Amino acid sequence: MRALVLAPMLLWAGAAAAQDHSHHHAPEAPPTAAQEADPHAAHRAQAATASAYRPPALTDADRAAAFPFLHVAHDHGDPLMWMVQADRFERTQDDALAWEGKAWIGHDRGRLWLRSEGERAHGKTESSLEALWGKPLDAWWDVLAGVRHDDGDGPARDWLAVGVQGLAPYKFEVQATAYLGSGGRSMLQAEVEYELLLTNRLILQPRIEAVLNGRDDDARGIGAGLSETSAGLRLRYEVRREFAPYVGYEWSNRHGRTAEHARNAGEAARDRGWVAGLRFWF
Amino acid sequence: MGAPHDSDRRRLLRGMAMGGATLGLGLWQRPLWALTAPDQPTVLRGDAFDLTIGRTPVNITGRTVPAFTVNGSLPGPILRWREGDTVGIRVRNTLDETSSIHWHGLLLPANMDGVPGMSFDGIAPGGDYLYRFQVKQSGTYWYHSHSSLQEQAGLLGPIIIDPREPDPLACERDYVVLLSDWTDLDPARLFARMKKRSDYDNLHKRTVGDFLRDARERGLRATLDDRNAWGAMRMSPTDLADVNSHTYTFLANGHTAAQNWTALFAPGERVRLRFINGAAMTFFDVRIPGLTLTVVAADGQSIQPVDVEEFRIAPAETFDVIVQPRDDAAYTVFAQAMDRSGYTRITLAPRIGTQAAIPAPDKRPLLTMDDMGHGHPAPAAGEITCGAAMGMTGMNMDHGGHDAGGMQAHPASETRNPDVDMQTMSPAPRLDDPGIGLRDNGRRVLRYTDLRSLHAPDDDREPSRIIELHLTGNMERFTWGFDGIRFADAAPIRLKYGERVRITLVNDTMMEHPIHLHGMWSDVEDEHGRFLVRKHTVAVPPGTKRSVRVTADALGRWAFHCHMLLHMEGGMMREVRVEE
Ligand SMILES: [Cu+2]
Repeated sequence: MRALVLAPMLLWAGAAAAQDHSHHHAPEAPPTAAQEADPHAAHRAQAATASAYRPPALTDADRAAAFPFLHVAHDHGDPLMWMVQADRFERTQDDALAWEGKAWIGHDRGRLWLRSEGERAHGKTESSLEALWGKPLDAWWDVLAGVRHDDGDGPARDWLAVGVQGLAPYKFEVQATAYLGSGGRSMLQAEVEYELLLTNRLILQPRIEAVLNGRDDDARGIGAGLSETSAGLRLRYEVRREFAPYVGYEWSNRHGRTAEHARNAGEAARDRGWVAGLRFWF
Repeated sequence: MGAPHDSDRRRLLRGMAMGGATLGLGLWQRPLWALTAPDQPTVLRGDAFDLTIGRTPVNITGRTVPAFTVNGSLPGPILRWREGDTVGIRVRNTLDETSSIHWHGLLLPANMDGVPGMSFDGIAPGGDYLYRFQVKQSGTYWYHSHSSLQEQAGLLGPIIIDPREPDPLACERDYVVLLSDWTDLDPARLFARMKKRSDYDNLHKRTVGDFLRDARERGLRATLDDRNAWGAMRMSPTDLADVNSHTYTFLANGHTAAQNWTALFAPGERVRLRFINGAAMTFFDVRIPGLTLTVVAADGQSIQPVDVEEFRIAPAETFDVIVQPRDDAAYTVFAQAMDRSGYTRITLAPRIGTQAAIPAPDKRPLLTMDDMGHGHPAPAAGEITCGAAMGMTGMNMDHGGHDAGGMQAHPASETRNPDVDMQTMSPAPRLDDPGIGLRDNGRRVLRYTDLRSLHAPDDDREPSRIIELHLTGNMERFTWGFDGIRFADAAPIRLKYGERVRITLVNDTMMEHPIHLHGMWSDVEDEHGRFLVRKHTVAVPPGTKRSVRVTADALGRWAFHCHMLLHMEGGMMREVRVEE
């Protein structure tokens, strides 16, 4: 069967080659894998010898057709994009509502980021909101700089912020930001997350976070040094990529003077409990 | 439209007209490629054409959504031209956005090439454009929009050009098989989604269970080493397609696999199948169980016939294949996506209503470090470099330089570049590699070394210079470019009219990229610099370095880009400017 299919074509190939050699002025075979010459040579202006190839001579009409006057530039580029993402949006065991989310708008080379984190418990809200300009540092890391506003227990605080976020080797998602406030206050906050795929939709996400403060801020119940650490383990199911309910367990600890402040205010320095929430983006 | 030539009539009488029919499954009543009769593709022939770009509701997935169509059909009508004719095509745009038609693979004046911003201003809403050019070649080609992402929304169709002389490849039956990938999503939203979460469709990443299984089967040490290598690169070996069947429905001639577009034959007849991959983002692996495929043309150009059982077709490539089914039975033309996430099919049948078994998709392949040109670093190489920020000092080079000691050098612009997430260290042409997922599958698979043009180029001068371009990207950010520079920021590549250059493409990503140069041929060379085959689109798998020779015999501004539509949109594009 194969032979039947091939026979006419091989005959043709042979005939074409033979015929072409009559147009072909160069007796020596070109240094190519395919040894046949071009049958279209005859259609061209000149069937020159292979080594003396000349492109077709140009006319003014050719020149006009080649470079027409254009009013627009090619538009493939870098359109304005945006994204809103709630990493954590959850109810805790002691009936608080906690969230952590971010949004960005911009282009590949520069984006405005909004980040917010907070908790509303027993009628009291503590939150932070950041507005940052971010640009890529290298393939994996973005550098961000901007401002942060903290609200809640005690006086509000404003900060200048500079930080990095990105993907460390082994796909750890890392975010670290240094803050500088009025009155010589400073703060460092870092967060690492990882995604462990139980299946491609059932994902276990460990997460740790730490906050360091440069000096005491008694009005807000914060002590210098390592003030807070937390760890969480969340199991989510991605019904869609954009929509994933989860359950989890969260440990949080206040340390040093910050813990003392908490105890004095009748709060526990250590907190543990279940959470249930929704992770979503659009 | 001009009267058909006598030879055209004879061909018609011989039953060569394009045609087909669907099985009456009754599932999908809306014929997509059907203007004249159910499921008969519309063939427009002659030398004067009126095409209208518009918005047409289609129902492919069960939901009715608008598609961008030509003359109301998806894909657009087959345009059948004759070599040597001057064709005039008036294209009207009824969309509310600028549009265009590019004639893929055709040699024509730059102002007829249809690339907005390079060839012309595009076709404004409500406007029209008269394309008029002489057809200088024959074979199977296609057309598509070159405006933003309209091709993904359905703006594409086949071109068949009959040779001036009687066609030595004429067969009793002649069918176009236009493969494509369809999504109900607005393509702009798909692109935005890639920017937000580029692994959206990768639902086959390795899990904890896979780790345990691998540890059991291959040992803990080997499994940890493997996870370590991928983890260090921050990549996934299952990343074979940016977009897959999670988003796409794969189509053949506008029909789903379930709709089963059917092409008729009588046993013993020779059937020519003109495969066109019009997919935006999908490589297909094609086979017809029970039949030998004789590949007779690639990208419209005749090749020395080669018998295979399977071939991979990159987006924008075309292959003409001749088969000769002898049995009075149906055959499945099976086209599975490279990542094995899905397939489409048509049926070759002696009568309407018969069909053959559909093969199960192959096992999903995994990328290896070898696949990315990291398998055998030269002794001097020391270590793999992924993430171009690291350790690139002293490795910068001038373009056109050759790598020293087998270690690939990289342009300085890739260093510390956010749009470059890896670099290949020891790429090779690997033209004899069937490709990932096709090695040792028990079938004879077409390789690039099997492609031998029937005719050598007129121009066999040694290239006077080498232009080395690295295909680069950042999978996570979904940004793409050449040498780490995206189209928007890049200067044109300037060629002097008449010069012969070698363009060497080095793939510094983990994806395969079909690279397409407008207006001029790309003559693919083997690793010894010998001419293999003349193409318009050259697939460059990860970890490879492939060279083409180009004669700058077309004055003007030409697009040069990856034909993965979202890669082009993401920046993997250049202007090649041929000047006197
Ligand atoms: Cu690409």
